[in-house]
Amino acid sequence: METLFFTIVAAVAVLSSILVITCKNPINSALSLVMTFFCLATFYVMLDAPFMAAIQVIVYAGAIMVLIVFVIMLLNIRSETGKRSNHAVAISSIVAFFVLFETCYFLFRSTAAKEGMGPLTSSVVESVGHTELIGKAMYSQFLLPFEITSLLLLVAIIGAVVLSKKKI
Amino acid sequence: MDALLALPPMYYVAMVAKVLIAFVFVLLTVAYATYAERKVIGFMQVRLGPMRTGWYGLLQPIADGLKLFFKEEVVPKQASTFAFLIAPLIALVPAFISFAVIPFGGNVEVFGYTIPLQIASVYDPTVGRVLDLNVGVLYILGMASLGVYGIVLAGWSSNSKYSLLGGLRASAQMISYELAAGLAIVSIFLMSGSLSLNQIVADQAGAFGVAGWYLFRNPFTFLAGIIFFICSIAEINRTPFDLPEAETELVSGFCTEYSSMKYAMFFMAEYANMVTVCAVTTTLFLGGWHGPAFLPGWMWFIAKVYFLIFCCMWIRATYPRYRYDQLMRLGWKVFLPITLVNVVATALWIMVVG
Repeated sequence: METLFFTIVAAVAVLSSILVITCKNPINSALSLVMTFFCLATFYVMLDAPFMAAIQVIVYAGAIMVLIVFVIMLLNIRSETGKRSNHAVAISSIVAFFVLFETCYFLFRSTAAKEGMGPLTSSVVESVGHTELIGKAMYSQFLLPFEITSLLLLVAIIGAVVLSKKKI
Repeated sequence: MDALLALPPMYYVAMVAKVLIAFVFVLLTVAYATYAERKVIGFMQVRLGPMRTGWYGLLQPIADGLKLFFKEEVVPKQASTFAFLIAPLIALVPAFISFAVIPFGGNVEVFGYTIPLQIASVYDPTVGRVLDLNVGVLYILGMASLGVYGIVLAGWSSNSKYSLLGGLRASAQMISYELAAGLAIVSIFLMSGSLSLNQIVADQAGAFGVAGWYLFRNPFTFLAGIIFFICSIAEINRTPFDLPEAETELVSGFCTEYSSMKYAMFFMAEYANMVTVCAVTTTLFLGGWHGPAFLPGWMWFIAKVYFLIFCCMWIRATYPRYRYDQLMRLGWKVFLPITLVNVVATALWIMVVG
């Protein structure tokens, strides 16, 4: 049952991510990307990580993609027809291919998946709660990276204000 | 997932029954909310409202539905067909599926099997409590943030300047008010210590009665409740925040080019969103289905939801529409700072008073 469900969702994920790069119309591409995010969220739920799934939907599908769609609408890009590929596209696709190859190589070489469960099994997640576990880890063990990230975000916000204001 | 297969067959029957009941309830409420809105606003303006179709106009929603159903379906030639066709569906679906996590009553015993009146939940006899989605509130926020796609896509794909302006306004407005609404809920999390809606409702029961509701628990949650309700009204584009379809400036906003059933679906989405928002506010701030014992829980839930729907109509009959810059100022410069301070203040209150 679980394998069947996984196969269906994975098929949708692969199909929609192919559509992201093959759609002629940028809005349709963006919609396919939202669909891909949904499939990712489903995978998080299947991995006993409901908080991650909710955040995936709220942040990526709900906020970032809306902004992207917003920009596409404002720039009024209609479907792109007969545009020839240039060298930048070729170079970036070669780079992308090598990154993919490298990821696959290390993924298949690693033994982490065979080593069995860590301390956070699905029963622990169910009894304590996924949100609580993430919160505790983030505010104790990973406090420094968390604070650095918030500082980065603050800098980004100030940068956006400075860029958009004509007179400060 | 394997645990799902081990459940008794009664579980599946109950699940399907709950989905059907909730769906039919929301659909009927949506249909008659349109009638109620016209009647309520009519009375507030010393008119009678619809009177001709049926007794006191009671058949008006059905007549409206039939009329819209038999209208001609028009798709503009320059429209982006796929997005144009899918937009009403995207607007409608999130409004309905938010109901999956809202508890609309206590537990019910059927043939010795305990059924919690909440769609996405199951009673676990070994633990002796109801298990539901433990990120229920985040699920609702996620679905609310998806509703904006329907409107944005409708506005963009129609290829008309009024629709586009409506769509742009809608997306900016919904993103702005989503932030304040989300932050307002944070003070509820601080009080309940849980994101599961079932836990949140259970925490509001207690012996205090009305004083146990989060709205009246302390001054800061009261403020959070008011702000959440206002932001929710802004998020579902109702008056006084109905800028995306301001008919004096934008014809009909994002749904200018829509006709027939697709227009009806936008209409349904608007009212279904209103029902959902009222149900969420009831669950988070007004004690959910809890109330004095002389009525069953689901009746209290319906009564509270209907009262909030009435408040929405009351607001619509009372206030004029905001100007666009006023709307943005209210969202970013008033509500956002207040809710941010409110989160800290609630935390302090819990620390000092308990």
